[in-house]
Amino acid sequence: MRIATAKESYAADEALFDTPTQRVWLALFVAVCALFPFTANEYWLYMACLVAIHVISVTGLNIVTGFTGLVSLGQAAFMGVGAYTVAVAETRFGTPVLLNLIAAGAITAAVGAVVGIPSLRVKGLYLAIATIASSFILHFVFANWNSVTHGVSGISLPPASILGVEFGRPFALYFLIVPIAFLAVFSASNLFRTRIGRAFIAIRDRDISAEVLGIPLLRYKLMSFALSSFYAGVAGGLWAYFFRVVTPESFPFVYSIFFLAAVIVGGMGSILGSILGAVFMTMVPEVLKLGVGVMSPFLSDAVALLSPVRTIVFGGLIIGFLIFEPHGLAEIWRRIRRFFHLWPFKT
Amino acid sequence: MIDFDWLFFLEVSLAGLGSGALLALTGLSFVLIYKATRAVNLAIGEMLMIGAYAFFSFSAGLGLPWWAAVPAALACGGLLGAVIERAVIRPMLGESAISVLMVTIGLGSVLIGAVELLWGADPAQLPDFMGTSPVFLGPAYVSRKIVIGFAVAATVITLFILAFRFWRGGVALRATATDQGAAYSCGIDVPVVFSMAWVFAGVAAAGAGILVGAVGGISPAMGIFGLSALVVVIVGGLDSVVGALIGGVLVGLIEAWTGTYLGGEFKTLITFGLLIAVLMVRPYGLFGTVEIERL
Repeated sequence: MRIATAKESYAADEALFDTPTQRVWLALFVAVCALFPFTANEYWLYMACLVAIHVISVTGLNIVTGFTGLVSLGQAAFMGVGAYTVAVAETRFGTPVLLNLIAAGAITAAVGAVVGIPSLRVKGLYLAIATIASSFILHFVFANWNSVTHGVSGISLPPASILGVEFGRPFALYFLIVPIAFLAVFSASNLFRTRIGRAFIAIRDRDISAEVLGIPLLRYKLMSFALSSFYAGVAGGLWAYFFRVVTPESFPFVYSIFFLAAVIVGGMGSILGSILGAVFMTMVPEVLKLGVGVMSPFLSDAVALLSPVRTIVFGGLIIGFLIFEPHGLAEIWRRIRRFFHLWPFKT
Repeated sequence: MIDFDWLFFLEVSLAGLGSGALLALTGLSFVLIYKATRAVNLAIGEMLMIGAYAFFSFSAGLGLPWWAAVPAALACGGLLGAVIERAVIRPMLGESAISVLMVTIGLGSVLIGAVELLWGADPAQLPDFMGTSPVFLGPAYVSRKIVIGFAVAATVITLFILAFRFWRGGVALRATATDQGAAYSCGIDVPVVFSMAWVFAGVAAAGAGILVGAVGGISPAMGIFGLSALVVVIVGGLDSVVGALIGGVLVGLIEAWTGTYLGGEFKTLITFGLLIAVLMVRPYGLFGTVEIERL
C-alpha cells in the first residue's frame, strides 16, 4: 500500500489502477509502446511481436494454472489449434483477419473445454497428466488430419491485411499484435475483480470449500479452461500471421513447458507475473545467443552448445524459481516497489 | 486380411510382452518414488536415458566388459537418484504435489540438456553385449534382446517385490507410504527412506534404460519412453506395484499391436487415449488407492 493514498469511495478502492502514480506510469508505458516501433530496428520489432504473442498465451495459462490452480501442459497445442484455424480460414475462405482471430479463439476455447472434461473426475496431478495426453493427441491430429492440416508439410498463409493495409513486416504487425496483447492483459486483470474471477481464485485456494460456498466446480473449471484456451487460440492465430507457416512441429510439447516455465518464473496468480515471465523467458534464449556470439572466437563449437545450454537453462530456471522464489519475478518486483514506497521509513 | 496370421500375431504379442516388461520396470521405479515421497516424477524417462548413456560411456567409451559396465551404470543411476532427492526434492518437501511435478519437468529438461552437452545430440547404438542369434519359442521367432530384457526385468521386479514384502527397508518404505507421522514415531528415519527410495528408483530406471537402449538405441529423445511409463502407472494406479506390472504388460501389448496393425504414428494416439479413458472411468487406476479428501 502506497503512503498517502486514502480512498474515499468503494469505486476508488476497487479501481483497476488505484493510485495516480500507477496511472502516470501506465500512460508512460503506453506512450513508450506506441513510439517504440519508430525507433527500433527490425530485430527488436520482431522480438517485441514475439514477446507480445507470448504475453497473451502466458496470461491465458496463468488464468488456468495460476488463478484456478489447474496445471495445464497443453498450452502450445491449444496455440496450434488457433494457428491452424487461422491458417485454414485465411487460405480456404479468405475471411477478415479480426474475424479469423476471434474464430481461432472460439474454436480453441471449445477444444479447451473438451480437454478440461477430465476435470469432471480428476484433479491436481491427474489433471496435469490428462492435459499432457491431450496435447499429444492434438499433435497427432495436426500431423494426420491431412485434408485440413496438410499433414507434416503444414500450411503457408499470405500476410494479414485489414482494409487494404498489409501486415507483412514486423513494423506493421506490431500495430496488430501489441494492441491485442494490451486488450488481453487488461481483460484478464479485470476478470479477477468479477464474480467469475473470484470463483476461480476460490477454487484454487480450496476447491472443496469453494463448492461448499456454492460455486459449481465443473462449470467454473471448464470455463477457466475455455478462457485460457481462448487466449491461447488468439495467440496462436497471431503466431500464424507472424510466422506465416504452420506445421505440426511448430507447437511441440517443449513449447508447452516453455509457457508453464514462463508462468512459474513470472509468478503464478499474478497478471504482472505473466508479462514479466513472458518477456524474461523470450529474452533468455536471445541473451544466450548473444553469449554464444561472444564466446565463439574462443570456443570452436560454441554454436553447437546453444541448444543444450538453452534446455538446461530453461529447466534450471523452473527448478530454481520453484525452490527459491515460488512467487516468481512478480514478487521480486513487489519487493523492489515496496522499498521505494516505504522509503525512508522502513526498508 | 482374410486369413489372420496367428503366428505373426503371436510374435508381435511376444515382442509387446518384452517391451511391456521394460515398461513395468520403469513403472516400478516411478511407483517407488511416488509411494515414498508422493512425487510424480515426470523426469523418469530422462533418468532412464542417463542410465543408458552411462552404460554407453563405460562400455563403448572406456571399453569395459558388460559385466563391469552394467553395475557401474546402475551405480550412476543410483547416485543420480540420490543427488536429485537431496538437491531438488528435499527442499520441496511440504510443497504442493503440483509444484513437485513441475520441478521434475524442469529436471527432465536439465537432464536432456546435459546429455546433449556431454554426449552430443546424435543417436547412438549401445555396443552389442547380448548376442543377436534369434530365439524360437515354439514356432515363434523372438529377438534375443527382447527375451533377455524380459527375463532381466522380470527378475528385478520379483526381487523388488520380495524386498518390499520381507526386507526391513522395504517394510519401512511401506510404513512411510501409509502414514508418515506414524512411521516417524515407530523410529523409522523417514528422510533416509526418501533417499533410499530415490536411489533404488534410480537404479531400476538405469537398468531399464540399459535394456531399452540395447533394444532401440540411445538418443537425447529417448526420454519419451517415460511418457509411455506414465500411461502405465496411470492405468495401474500411481501407488500400486501390481498395477505397474499389469499396466506395463497391457500397454506393451497395446503398443505392439497398434504399431504393427495400424502404424507407428497411432501408438501415441492409442496409448494416450487409453490414459484419458482410464482417468475418466477409474481416476485412481486399476489398483490405486482412492484418496478421500476432507476439509
